[in-house]
Amino acid sequence: MAFKDFIFRKSLWLFHFGGASCNNCDIEILDCLTPRYDVERFGMLLVGSIRHADVLLVNGSINHKDKERLLELYRQAPKPILVVAIGACGCTGGIFAGGYPFAGPVDQIIPVDAYIPGCPPKPEAILSGIVQLIEKKKTEKAHA
Amino acid sequence: MLKDLFYFLVYPGLLFAGVAGGFLSWFDRKITAMVQFRKGPPLLQPYYDFLKLLLVKETILPANGSRGMFLLAPVLAVFGATVACVLILLPMLGFHTGFSGDLIVIFYLLAIPSLMYILGAVSSGNPLAAVGASREIKLILSYELTFLLVVAGVILKSGMSIRMTDLLMTQETGGAVIGSVSGILLFIPAVFCIQAKLGLIPFDMAEAETEINHGCFIEYSGICYALIKLSKYILLLTLPAFLAALFMNGLHWDGIHILWSVLKILGVVLLLTLIRNTNPRLKIHQAMKFFFLYMNLLVIIAYILIALGI
Ligand code: SF4
Repeated sequence: MAFKDFIFRKSLWLFHFGGASCNNCDIEILDCLTPRYDVERFGMLLVGSIRHADVLLVNGSINHKDKERLLELYRQAPKPILVVAIGACGCTGGIFAGGYPFAGPVDQIIPVDAYIPGCPPKPEAILSGIVQLIEKKKTEKAHA
Repeated sequence: MLKDLFYFLVYPGLLFAGVAGGFLSWFDRKITAMVQFRKGPPLLQPYYDFLKLLLVKETILPANGSRGMFLLAPVLAVFGATVACVLILLPMLGFHTGFSGDLIVIFYLLAIPSLMYILGAVSSGNPLAAVGASREIKLILSYELTFLLVVAGVILKSGMSIRMTDLLMTQETGGAVIGSVSGILLFIPAVFCIQAKLGLIPFDMAEAETEINHGCFIEYSGICYALIKLSKYILLLTLPAFLAALFMNGLHWDGIHILWSVLKILGVVLLLTLIRNTNPRLKIHQAMKFFFLYMNLLVIIAYILIALGI
């Protein structure tokens, strides 16, 4: 079991879901793949199909149409899957929280493993969030 | 019988080819990272990826597709790649096992993984996978003729024998094929053919991840995808080794020759990586034109030079 967990932590593939985002968070996520930040050091890759994903990155405020799609994506993802809510919109709804199309922050739709606040969060913040997620998986196992 | 099983499963078959191919895959990714001024993944990354898919992840079957074929395709892809690998590596490792005509068999075995990717894709019932499959078919149609002509050219140059060991023997005595002008002209199309066979970037339209989300492989997850990864690792060893056998006097495993053999394989992979990092993805009709027109033209010029003895 410990071995499986170790392997899983070493090779997290990311799938990016942008809700009704202002597009800033999307750009910052892509920044993490650029030479300066390079998440491939941690064995992470951006994949194009949810069937290959280990981490679902969700950013942007989730409106009613996005909600259906997000649920469908989560249902189709092979388990185990981790979910990371990125940006103020993903974590709480941010400035869109009061709007009529708003369908609730991500954690009221699907279970979320890590939150990375900021509007938009810096790539450094996203990286530190991802590293903390890896660490969290480690300590969870140590306690269990 | 037991010996054959050992060849197939351990050395130089499944286990050896998987481990060595995994290393080559890391090499490819590391060089890519260096070209882009990044740090790149750790050495064991391909093995982590494979084991994660194999042990940790769930395998999802398509709800409305042909499940048997969907499951069988990756297994057969690994099988085809491994048998081709064994047939190519054994004569070069000093076992005199080849038979007359094994070059032809290898040529067809090397086509099996691509065909299986197509069958797996169309049996998944996903429209994007179908688009990927149709592109892969067109790609096969375009490069396979060139590849056959290249192999035939090498046969023509080394005394009309369709047996791996004879081919290696003539190069041993008469110098490597790549040492002549016609050899170089044959080598260029061969490199592009294996680039297309491996689905690397100018020819990765069948699994274009930004437009059709991994195309052929979109529905694969868990164990099935692990097997597809494994078949890709094995091909990444097999095809450069095949080129080394056709053009560069084969591989030898004694003394200092080990270093040269490893360098030959790494050199070919380096070439492939550099091509993939300096080119954009082609459209399918551009790829067809590239192979049908320009690469076949090069091969024909090479044939003329061979006939003139250059
Ligand atoms: S958190 Fe801020 S930057 Fe990110 S999508 Fe929302 S409004 Fe845009």
